[in-house]
Amino acid sequence: MLDARIIKVLQGIVGKQYVSTEKADLICYSYDATQRQFLPDVVVHPGNTEEVSLIMKMANAERVPVFPRGAGSGFTGGSLPTEGGIVLAMTRLDRILQIDEDNLVATVEPGVVTEQFQKAVEKVGLFYPPDPASLKFSTLGGNVAECAGGPRCVKYGVTKDFILGLEVVTPTGDIIRTGGATMKGVVGYDLTKLMCGSEGTLAIITKIIIKLLPLPEAKKTMLVLFDSIDGAAQAVSDIIRGKIIPTTLEFMDGATIDCVRQATDLELPEQAQAVLIIEVDGDADVISKQAARIAEIVQPLGVVETRIAETAEESEALWQVRRSVSASLRKVNPDKFNEDICVPRSKVPEMIRKVEAISQKHQVSIVNFGHAGDGNIHVNVMIDSKIPGQQKRADAAIEDIFKGALELGGTMSGEHGVGVMKAPYVRMELSGGAIAYMKTIKRALDPNNILNTGKIFLEDQAAGLS
Amino acid sequence: MKKLKKLQEYREEIEQCVKCGACRAHCPVFGAEKHEGRVARGKVALAGALLDGEIDLEKKLLEDMSQCLLCGSCYAQCPNKVPTEEIVAAVRREIAAKKGLSTFGKGLTSVLKNPSLMNTLAKTGGVLSSLLFKKLPADSGLRLRFPAPFISGDRTLPPIAAKPFREQHPEVIEGQPGRPTVAFFTGCGINYMYPAIGEALLRALKFIGVTVIIPAEQGCCGLPAVSAGSGDVVEALAARNLKALTARPVDFVVTACASCNAGLGKIYADLEGEYADLAERTKDIFVFLVEQGLPERLAVLPASAEKVRVTYHDPCHLRTRGITREPRAILKALPQVEYVEMEAAGSCCGLGGTYSVYHYETSKKIGAKKAGHISASGADTVATDCPGCIMQLQDSLNHAGEDVRVCHILDLLMDVLPEEAPA
Ligand SMILES: Cc1cc2nc3c(=O)[nH]c(=O)nc-3n(C[C@H](O)[C@H](O)[C@H](O)COP(=O)(O)OP(=O)(O)OC[C@H]3O[C@@H](n4cnc5c(N)ncnc54)[C@H](O)[C@@H]3O)c2cc1C
Ligand code: SF4
Ligand code: SF4
Repeated sequence: MLDARIIKVLQGIVGKQYVSTEKADLICYSYDATQRQFLPDVVVHPGNTEEVSLIMKMANAERVPVFPRGAGSGFTGGSLPTEGGIVLAMTRLDRILQIDEDNLVATVEPGVVTEQFQKAVEKVGLFYPPDPASLKFSTLGGNVAECAGGPRCVKYGVTKDFILGLEVVTPTGDIIRTGGATMKGVVGYDLTKLMCGSEGTLAIITKIIIKLLPLPEAKKTMLVLFDSIDGAAQAVSDIIRGKIIPTTLEFMDGATIDCVRQATDLELPEQAQAVLIIEVDGDADVISKQAARIAEIVQPLGVVETRIAETAEESEALWQVRRSVSASLRKVNPDKFNEDICVPRSKVPEMIRKVEAISQKHQVSIVNFGHAGDGNIHVNVMIDSKIPGQQKRADAAIEDIFKGALELGGTMSGEHGVGVMKAPYVRMELSGGAIAYMKTIKRALDPNNILNTGKIFLEDQAAGLS
Repeated sequence: MKKLKKLQEYREEIEQCVKCGACRAHCPVFGAEKHEGRVARGKVALAGALLDGEIDLEKKLLEDMSQCLLCGSCYAQCPNKVPTEEIVAAVRREIAAKKGLSTFGKGLTSVLKNPSLMNTLAKTGGVLSSLLFKKLPADSGLRLRFPAPFISGDRTLPPIAAKPFREQHPEVIEGQPGRPTVAFFTGCGINYMYPAIGEALLRALKFIGVTVIIPAEQGCCGLPAVSAGSGDVVEALAARNLKALTARPVDFVVTACASCNAGLGKIYADLEGEYADLAERTKDIFVFLVEQGLPERLAVLPASAEKVRVTYHDPCHLRTRGITREPRAILKALPQVEYVEMEAAGSCCGLGGTYSVYHYETSKKIGAKKAGHISASGADTVATDCPGCIMQLQDSLNHAGEDVRVCHILDLLMDVLPEEAPA
């Protein structure tokens, strides 16, 4: 429980109606898409940068932990108030401040929902490519903090590749700007990149300056059904080796297809053991050629059927299938451990084979889908943790999956971040020296360890940063 | 009759929620209020906490549970098909059982203490209650929907009909031999406020030679009572309607009100047995008319020189149950209609059973968004398939100062169908 005095101060800063200690509100801000739950002491909805700054100054002085939160759609528990304290819900800061058509740059507040921003820029013929499957509800602040990726990132790059500058509030309450609205800039350290993917542990993002592209003239979406998972995996590396970078190269295995069948009107025949959703965009004549070339490359690999979306609605229907995947996996088993390993693209077939072997070895169901085009595979270990022994088997499988990805020169997370879920494994990937370097940065910026405490580095949870 | 499910019986459905947050993109109340307690994910979490004894029926929880239109938009898009609207209704029944119906039925106690609402009450309550409600029977859903003291002074409401629709017609209207027989379930909206929609429905059915029965003893479908958390009333109304609608043999029951269609088609299905049979035979009027080949028959009508630009608003209670094509098919087949689709045709109008009464401000915000989409479509008429939506759309467009006609698709049919059925 927080001191009543602290609640009073918070009310003074943001206004009474934006501070709540009601049990119902604490429950509503206690979870994210990991389904873990930690009750905060208070939920605060700040309305501007200055309020955030005052909150941080107070929290730093009083040593109260602060947990920034966007839509709470994170997959690694980044927004969970693991130590109670303050949940700082950033959703009131939801204005698109400027879309600068002369410079192809936009400035937004962090609570803007990804898709709403995309629609706004598309109205004036511009394009913001990063498209996490959660784009209809995730916030841009959360996207920057996690460096979210999505299907289109194969061709266009991930969130950080579009962030030119930020306004942030530091853990001690200072307001600073990083980067700017120019396409280049090398004065001082690149703090913008440091903030991207820092999971709300280094600063609170209050404004985002975003680079935009011209909206491509046309796109073509293809759904290719394969009779084996190997065929699909091989197709991914063959397309890339064929020197074609499609806009998207999304992959789903047979178990995934079973789960989404119920969620879609789309016919998905039984022989289909794997699916690729391939999209190309650009000038109309160029993409027709590309699509034909891709069809040629994949043909020998056991294609059951190829469908090409003719209209925007048909294409959207294909994507809706992909977006419903993640949440529909619950059909397999109630508890999901969703890992998003990333391996060099040529290693995708080998990684898939490894995962199959791991699934057999530990006797747990594993469902695979993801952004195969950039080697980013979502490996979902599905268990019922109420059954004795299953959790242990899942833990062992996850460790093997990480080991496997690292052996192939990959990483344990392509886009979901570490949060609390992957914190126990960070040492498998990062050297002691690298961890020490990162923690030195964290300690310097957040000397009292109050901002998003207990994330990324496991040992902080018990002992605080030492 | 199987009793309506208790909150405990929803445990499995509650556990189906994976907390993904997808409902944040689809819940109209969340769109207006931007607070997690207002979205399906939050309500499901609270229902779970209630079951686990982690929280009591405290003020904030009651408020969140009252902030639901029971529109099912979340369910329609939920990857795990978590039936939030059913779970919220079950929580409301629990609340009504423990705290008395007053919480949602007669008015949130906290709202009663709200001075601004009390003000409008003082200004308009007395007048409205005597004028409007004297004419309504005690168990009409309209009483739950619009308990007089809560009706805000700046809301547009249609006048109550001088003579209810059902009293203007015989119980049986013979069609042509060999054609189906249907029972017309009018619902309160058509019976008391929009009898013209009922007239239009009769005209359409006559045009295709169908025999129509208008059971005099039918009552409210029970949906407003579901919304109010009054399980007993729902069950009593269902029993009465079953008796009335099955007194004579009928092939189908037709409705021209989305909410009634959901009440009969969905709630009664949950009551199982002969109620479920009734539910299965219940059809939205346009689904029925399309099945009976009306669009093809409209093609023979003379083309209109002057066209009206019409757009369609999907009532949630039809859209979330997959009825979207048939109303459009009829509209597009009408000779005087130039059809335009608006953006977000499926977004909620903001009425939501008893919702708009207790949360008029939020309801207005949701309605204002809708009004924006309607005017952006360039249509001069917005047609829909539910008297409730018509009322709310009219109110929203009035507030927006938009001069767009709001009507039922049946009203547009009425404009072109001949009085006498073709031989
Ligand atoms: C169905 C589903 C599909 C998904 N698909 C993808 C996908 O394809 N690609 C992908 O990358 N991710 C995906 N995700 C994960 C998630 O949506 C992303 O990580 C997203 O970026 C989180 O945004 P959010 O607004 O929900 O942030 P939250 O979950 O609320 O927070 C995420 C992190 O950001 C921090 N944070 C939030 N706002 C701020 C701020 N203003 N300043 C500082 N820190 C902040 C939080 O502290 C936390 O550490 C998916 C999730 C779901 C549920
Ligand atoms: S109700 Fe459905 S859409 Fe909403 S969080 Fe739960 S699972 Fe996701
Ligand atoms: S039923 Fe409608 S108002 Fe209620 S939670 Fe679902 S989407 Fe929101």
